[in-house]
Amino acid sequence: MTEPVRVDVENVSLSFGASKVLDNINVTIEPGEFFALLGPSGCGKSTLLRLIAGFNRAQSGRVCVAGEDITAVPPWKRNVGMVFQSYALWPHMSVAQNVAFGLEEKRLPRDAVRRGVAKALELVDLTGLADRKPGQISGGQQQRVALARTLAIEPRVLLLDEPLSNLDAKLRHHMRRELVALQRRLGITTIFVTHDQEEALTTADRLAVMDRGVIQQVGDPMELFDAPSSRFVAEFIGSINLVRGSLQERDGASALFSSGAGVFSLPLPEGAPSRGEITLAFRPHALELALPQQSGDPARAWIPAQIGEREFLGEFIRYRMRAGNAELLADVPHRKGEPGFPNGANVMAGIDPTQVRVFST
Amino acid sequence: MGLAIAAFLGVFLIAPILTVIYVAFADGAGGFTLSHFASFFQITLMRESFFNSLYVAGVTVLVTSLIGVPLAYFTVRFRFRGAAIIQTLGVLPLIMPAFVGASAMQLLFGRSGSLNLILLDAFDLSIPLMDGLNGVIFVESLHYFPFILLNLSVALANIDTAMEEAAQNLGSSGWRLFRRVVFPLALPGYIAGASLVFIKVFDDLGTPLILNVTNMLAPQAYLRVTSIGIDDPIGYVICVLLVLFSVGAMAGSSWFLKGHDFATLQRGGAAGLRRQLTPWQALMAYSLVIALLLLVLSPHLGLLLLSLSRVWSYSVLPDAYTLANYSAVFRDSTRMMLNTLAYCGGAALLDVVLGTAIAYLVLRTRLPGRQWLDHLSTVALAMPGVVLGIGYLRSFRDVELPFGMGPLLGSGLIFVLAYSVRRLPYALRSCNAALSQVHLSMEEAAQNLGASRGRTILRVVVPMMMGGILAGFVTSFITAAGEISETILLTSRESLAPMSYGVYLYMQSIAGRGPGAALGVLAVILVGLGTYLSNRLVIARQASMERR
Repeated sequence: MTEPVRVDVENVSLSFGASKVLDNINVTIEPGEFFALLGPSGCGKSTLLRLIAGFNRAQSGRVCVAGEDITAVPPWKRNVGMVFQSYALWPHMSVAQNVAFGLEEKRLPRDAVRRGVAKALELVDLTGLADRKPGQISGGQQQRVALARTLAIEPRVLLLDEPLSNLDAKLRHHMRRELVALQRRLGITTIFVTHDQEEALTTADRLAVMDRGVIQQVGDPMELFDAPSSRFVAEFIGSINLVRGSLQERDGASALFSSGAGVFSLPLPEGAPSRGEITLAFRPHALELALPQQSGDPARAWIPAQIGEREFLGEFIRYRMRAGNAELLADVPHRKGEPGFPNGANVMAGIDPTQVRVFST
Repeated sequence: MGLAIAAFLGVFLIAPILTVIYVAFADGAGGFTLSHFASFFQITLMRESFFNSLYVAGVTVLVTSLIGVPLAYFTVRFRFRGAAIIQTLGVLPLIMPAFVGASAMQLLFGRSGSLNLILLDAFDLSIPLMDGLNGVIFVESLHYFPFILLNLSVALANIDTAMEEAAQNLGSSGWRLFRRVVFPLALPGYIAGASLVFIKVFDDLGTPLILNVTNMLAPQAYLRVTSIGIDDPIGYVICVLLVLFSVGAMAGSSWFLKGHDFATLQRGGAAGLRRQLTPWQALMAYSLVIALLLLVLSPHLGLLLLSLSRVWSYSVLPDAYTLANYSAVFRDSTRMMLNTLAYCGGAALLDVVLGTAIAYLVLRTRLPGRQWLDHLSTVALAMPGVVLGIGYLRSFRDVELPFGMGPLLGSGLIFVLAYSVRRLPYALRSCNAALSQVHLSMEEAAQNLGASRGRTILRVVVPMMMGGILAGFVTSFITAAGEISETILLTSRESLAPMSYGVYLYMQSIAGRGPGAALGVLAVILVGLGTYLSNRLVIARQASMERR
């Protein structure tokens, strides 16, 4: 296998007519990294991927692979392998012919092609299906063939465009783990496009969250989950409670916060503003619920709430609650023998201040 | 209902064909013999005709491919203004049959035609474009290349662009990309178009006759039957060969497509992006389009010029212009125009009634053997006009119409029957498509509200199918109006002749070419007008349906 390479995207902007699809994108993917591009549909993530493959042309900026500017190189000379969302297996060729295609285009001698095909099919565990046509194999197998076809040419970079979206849930989880294992084994720099945050968090070394053609934040999964830099990122990755309000007065580390959900005092993290309009952001599992007459953990900020509806999800119960005029989500771990709170129950919700993030407005 | 349709198809489609086949293999004493085939291949002229027909059909497929394939690729894959014009060319063969333009082509490209006169003058050189078989190939190629263009364009446009991008991503580009991925994926469209071209050319009678080329199969069948006699077995042997090759080409293409998995697996990915042409490519593309446009329109322009000319021979353009040809046609040939309207209108009406009934029986009932009605009527697609014409002459030669209206073969009814049987597949296809778009719940709702099956068909199904029925009517009408093979055979006297026969008859003499061209122009206008009006009607109906 060749040495892993770095990918640099520098100042890339692209518009289709009047609409800006990519707006001054700057991102570096380190050698051997599994990097995810995550965002809602239409955010420009696929466009960015296609740009790296050479199917879209940027109006400005450049793309470098291994430090070499490939902006003007046509797709067929980039050696940047892409697995398409639809797999794009050619139905008139057998599995082996599909996989052989790229090697033949490199004008390799016949036995080298044969060895390459065998190796690639073995890599994805499909050796027995070489003579089948794409129409005769299952969706999961088609996906592996597409992967083998791309890996056969030993590309410098592997691009995956929503590779798991056409599989059913069970297969998707399985393929996800296999994909990660394969990537680790090959050590190939991989860029993965997905709109599924769970998929991105579980597979990627690092990811970039995109919205409306702009990269919102780049970081490793935990960093993005725990320390989102914007409300968009916070809302896009996982579920989150957002409570708007104003800081009344600050006393040392603690501050008095007044909001639609109630007035309460809580310690604020360092660097948070001391006055004015802010938004508190915290995950549903940062809330603890207690009966009104119970005295809860004093380190938490407690506010009264009423349960609107509940969803039993097995590992935990998700409560949708009303606190003042704000709506809050709470995920409470479920243990055998604990029925939880019924709909309409009045409870106290305790916010863990260490799990709170503050956004100005 | 189903039985009545089956009986109709049996008598007017299957029986004449079986008669032809029977005669070709019958020894006159009720036994089976291959001796007619043996004697066919002993006649030098027949062997020559056989190979000429294969040669002409084969080379025409080649030439139409050379024109159609690059055009289809350019118009689907690149962004340039000519694309819409080229795609519109596809309707031309529907509007004017090949044989009508053939005489005009002779005057433009023949040995002493406009082009060669200019070339002779300037370079002392001439191109034998219209000599003998070349002429047939040239005329047919210009006429039929849209079949390949249109079929291939649809197929190309249906390919998921990711299929092409995947190949580029793996290092393929240019000609290799086209040869290894794009063309194989579009192969179903190409095969469909190419086999159609082969059949049409192989079976064509009008064009070779007008160009005075008789050493081909279809003209020989016609000549044997009309000059030697309806009992001469060689004509029937030719018919069997024509059927064999037509059915063979159709079966071959469908067998080929069935054996391969061509369906584009998934569609997803970006909509087909059209590439920008570089200035150099744009220049090439536009020159190609303009040259082609001139060539393709030349029969039409030539025909128009010819219809307006007083004298046109041995000169680049006509020597003098006149409208006399038109007044001559109106004076002498109104009967033919009325005949065309009556025959083709009757045939098209019969077709849509049968088409609607068959579509309903097949899609909506559990009638045993209903699929066979569909298959049976599709048989006509592979039946050459010459064969059916000869089959009619032979099968119905003694049939008298009731009420003392004389023999069937001497009445206009025979044209209506012959036209309708061969155009039924077109009408049926329209009706099938229209009916499958009517959701079953529409009918169930009507029945739920108390409408009987018959009332439901009348008040819900047929009105909702009307667009498709109308389209089927127009296609049947237009193609019947341009039919020449059956027409030449079945026209027993001039008062029965439709316009297409009139054109053919006029074109036989030098003096008749002017009026013949005028009649051709009128036919084109008639057909064009019909197409235009029905399109308007369909669009207006759709618009009013949507408003509701």
